[in-house]
Amino acid sequence: MAKLNINGKTRDVNAEPDTPLLWAIREQLGLTGTKYGCGVAQCGACTVYVDGEPVRSCQLPISSITAKQKIVTIEGASSKIVKAVQKAWLENDVPQCGYCQSGQILAAASLIKTKPNPSDEDINREMTNICRCGTYNRIRAAIKQAAAAVRAA
Amino acid sequence: MNAMDFSRRKFLVGAGTAAGGLTLGVSFGAQDALAQTGKTPEVNAWVVVNADDSIVVRIGRQEMGQGTITGLAQLVAEELEADWSKVTYEYPTPGQNVARKRIWGDYATSGSRGVRNSEKYMREGGAAARMMLMQAAADGWKVPVAEVTVAKGVITHAKSKRKTTYGKVAAAAAKLTPPTNPALKDPKTWTIAGKPLKRLAQGGKVNGKQVYSIDFQAPGLLNAAVRDCPIWGGSLKSFDAKAAEKMPGVKKVLKIENAVVVVADTWWRAKTALDAVKIDYDGGKFAALDSKAIDDMLNEGLGATEAFIGNKGGDVQAAISGAAKTVEATYSMPYQSHAPMEPMNATARWTADKCEVWTSTQNAEAALATTSQAAGLPLDKCDVYRMDLGGGFGRRATSQDYVRQAVLIAREMPGQQIKLIWSREEDQLHGCYHPITKCKMTGALDKDGNLTGLHMRISGQSILATIRPEALDKGRDPATFQGLNAGGAEGAIGYTIPNILVDHAMRNPPVRPGFWRGVNNNQNAIYLECFMDELAKEAGVDPLEFRRKMMKNHPKHLAVLNAVADKIGWDKPAPKGVYRGLAQHMGYGSYVAACAEVSVNDAGTLKVHRIVAATDCGHAVNPAQIERQIEGSFAYGLGAAMFQEITIKDGRVVEENFDSYPILRMDDMPAVESIIAPTGGFWGGVGEPTIFVAAPAVLNAIYAATGKRVRNMPIKNTDLRKA
Repeated sequence: MAKLNINGKTRDVNAEPDTPLLWAIREQLGLTGTKYGCGVAQCGACTVYVDGEPVRSCQLPISSITAKQKIVTIEGASSKIVKAVQKAWLENDVPQCGYCQSGQILAAASLIKTKPNPSDEDINREMTNICRCGTYNRIRAAIKQAAAAVRAA
Repeated sequence: MNAMDFSRRKFLVGAGTAAGGLTLGVSFGAQDALAQTGKTPEVNAWVVVNADDSIVVRIGRQEMGQGTITGLAQLVAEELEADWSKVTYEYPTPGQNVARKRIWGDYATSGSRGVRNSEKYMREGGAAARMMLMQAAADGWKVPVAEVTVAKGVITHAKSKRKTTYGKVAAAAAKLTPPTNPALKDPKTWTIAGKPLKRLAQGGKVNGKQVYSIDFQAPGLLNAAVRDCPIWGGSLKSFDAKAAEKMPGVKKVLKIENAVVVVADTWWRAKTALDAVKIDYDGGKFAALDSKAIDDMLNEGLGATEAFIGNKGGDVQAAISGAAKTVEATYSMPYQSHAPMEPMNATARWTADKCEVWTSTQNAEAALATTSQAAGLPLDKCDVYRMDLGGGFGRRATSQDYVRQAVLIAREMPGQQIKLIWSREEDQLHGCYHPITKCKMTGALDKDGNLTGLHMRISGQSILATIRPEALDKGRDPATFQGLNAGGAEGAIGYTIPNILVDHAMRNPPVRPGFWRGVNNNQNAIYLECFMDELAKEAGVDPLEFRRKMMKNHPKHLAVLNAVADKIGWDKPAPKGVYRGLAQHMGYGSYVAACAEVSVNDAGTLKVHRIVAATDCGHAVNPAQIERQIEGSFAYGLGAAMFQEITIKDGRVVEENFDSYPILRMDDMPAVESIIAPTGGFWGGVGEPTIFVAAPAVLNAIYAATGKRVRNMPIKNTDLRKA
C-alpha cells in the first residue's frame, strides 16, 4: 500500500509499486481529468505536477514518489497562474475535443511560471504536448493572454 | 439507487445534460422515453423548455471537437427566438431514435455533414416549437396569435401589455398539434446563427471534469485489455495464460475471435497481465506482406489496361498524342492512422434480455446495430449511451469494432459492467487507415501552353470495397474520385479541360482502410494541384494565371483562389527567403483554397510560416468555429504530409506509437489567416474541406523554395537540401 499526497491530501493507493502514477491517479483515486494518450511520454495528456514540476505521469512508477512529494492534478491545480490560464483558455475558446487540454493547461501554466513573458520560441520549445484537433494557435494566443494577465496582477 | 441508476447518473453529469428535470436515464426500451421522463414535456422532439426557461436542444449528430453541436443549437435557437444564454443540449440515444422512428434523423457524424445534412429539420424543429409556444401563450390570453410577438424567449401581447416566458407556457404548448412545414428565416436576418459564438460545454474541458467514455466509472466496474491478432488475415493459434491468471486483480482471461482479453479490477492490471500472456499467431496468407509488395501491386495498376472511370470528357489519348508537349509525373500517398487522442474504448453490460453500451462514437446508430449483432439481441433490447469523444476524425465513424469487442467480452461475464480500453499500440495496429494510392499524371500542353488533355490514373485502395461494399457501383468506388467529378454539388473539379480522363485501377491490399478526415479528397488534391504547378512551370506560366485560364466556368472555385492570392499578395514578392504555393479544391459541398509561405534552410529543414486559407461553405453558421476547423485541418493535414506514414512489415503495421508515428506539434504549426466567404444559397461542410489544400499548397511552396518536386508523402522522406 503506497501513500501519495494528491491535491493536498494523503491517500492510500492499493497498487503494485511499478504502477504508473497516471493509472494510480485515474483508477485508484478516481481522478479522470489526467488522460491516457500514449503511455510512452510522447503526448503529454498525462501531465501532472510533482513538487510543482510538470511530469508525464504515464512513465513515473508510484514507487518513485514519496508520501511527502506533492502531486497536483488538473482537478487540484488552483494557483493564480493556473486560474489565469483556464480563464484565457475559455476566453479564447481553445478546446475542441478537449481531451489533451488538462495536460496543455498544466504545461502552459508551468511555462508562464518560469517565463512570465514567453516568446514564440519559448512556447515552441516548452509546449510539446500533442493536440490532434490542432488547437495550437489558440493555445499560443491564450498563453500570451494569460501571461499578460499574470504580469498585470 | 442501484448500480445501473448510479452509472446513468454519472453519464448524465458527464454528458453535460441540462439541469432541471429532464433526464436521459430512461427505463430501458421505453417508448418515447425522453419525453415521458422529464418534469416538463417536450414541446417537440428537438426542443424541451424547462420551467426555469432553460432550453434543451436534442441533437442526433455527435460532437467530437468540431463544433457541430454548437452550430446546430444555434440554428434551432435562431428559429426558436430563444435566449442563447439559456440554451443547452442533450443526446437522445440511438435506442430512443429507433423507438421514435428515427425522428432525430441520421446520427452518422462524418463527411462534414453534421450541419449541412441536418440544418433543415433542425431549423424546422425550432420554428415549429416557437409557433407552438406562441400559440399556447395566445390561447392562455384568449387573443389571436397574430397579435403576440416573441424575443429571446419572452412572449409579449403589446395591446394588453402582458408578457410571459417560454418556460411558463411550455407545458401547454406541448399539448398542441405541431404545425407542418413552418416557414424558416432568411439567413440574412439571423441574429444567433451566423454569429461567432463560443462553443457550448467548454467549462469541463479546462478543469478536468468533462467525462469522456474512457473516463466512465461505476461501482463494481471491471476493466479489460485486449490484444487482437496484429497480422492482416492472421488468426490466434494458441495462448498460455497461466502466469497472467495469477496476477493481481485478474478476474478472467478470454479469447474473443482472434483476440486475447484480460479482465481485471483495473485497466493497468489487465494490461500488465496481458503482457504476460504468451500468444502464438497463425500469420495466414499475408504473413509476409510488406510495403514493398503493396507498392509493386499499385505500380502494376498504374499501367493496367482496365480501370474504373470517374470523369471522362473528349479524347484524352488523342490530345496526348497530338500535344506539343507532354508532362508526366507519379505521386503517392501512404497509409495514415487517425490516432485520436482518446484511444478506442467502450463499456458494456450484457444479460440474456438486454445489452447496454457506454461509448464515444461518431455514429451511435451504427454502434447500436453492432451492439445488437454482437449481443444476439434485437435492437429494442439494446441501447448505446453517447459519451464525449476525445477526437474522431473518421475512426469512430468507419468501424464500431471496439464496441463489438466490448459486447463480446461482456457476454462472457453476464451482468457485469466491463470497460474495454485499447492501448495506443492496439489503436495503431487495428486502425482503419487512410487508403494507400498512387497516381500517374499525364498532361498535354499545346504550343501556347494551354492544357488540352489530362489523364489521372489512380491506382490503389478503395475504402468502400472493404467498408461498405454495398455502396459500390458495379465494382466501381465512386468515392475514389472525390473532388475530381465532372460536376455536382458535392465535389466537382474546378477546371475546364477539353480532354480529360480520371480512372481508377482498384488494388486492394488486405490492410483495412477507412474514412480519414478529408478522405480521398486529400490525395486527389495533392495529385491534381501539385501537377497543375508542374504544368504551369512546363508552360512557362505563373501557377495562378495557369489555373485562372481554366476556371472561367467555375466561379466559386476561382473566387476562393483569388481571395487567398489577393490576401497574401501573390503579385508582390514574398519576404526574403520565403516562398509561396497555391492550391484549391472542392469537397463536401464547400470550396476551399490556400496559399502557403515556407522556407527551407541549408540543412533542408522545412518551416511553414504562414497559410492564408479561404472557405466558401454557402452559409457560415458559426464563423469562429469554422476558423478553428480551418486551423485544425492544417494541423491534421500537414502532420500527415510532413511526417506520418503507416508502413507494413511481416503482415502488420510497423508504427505502434507516437515515437514512430510523429504528430505535428506546436513548433511546426503555421500561422493561419482565415477568409470565410460564404456566398449563400447552399450548405457546405467545414470540418474537413481545408485539409484538402493543406499539403498541396505547402508542396508547391517547397518547389518554389528548392526546385524539388516532392511527389511521395510524407515529405520527411525527401532530402530538401538544395541540389
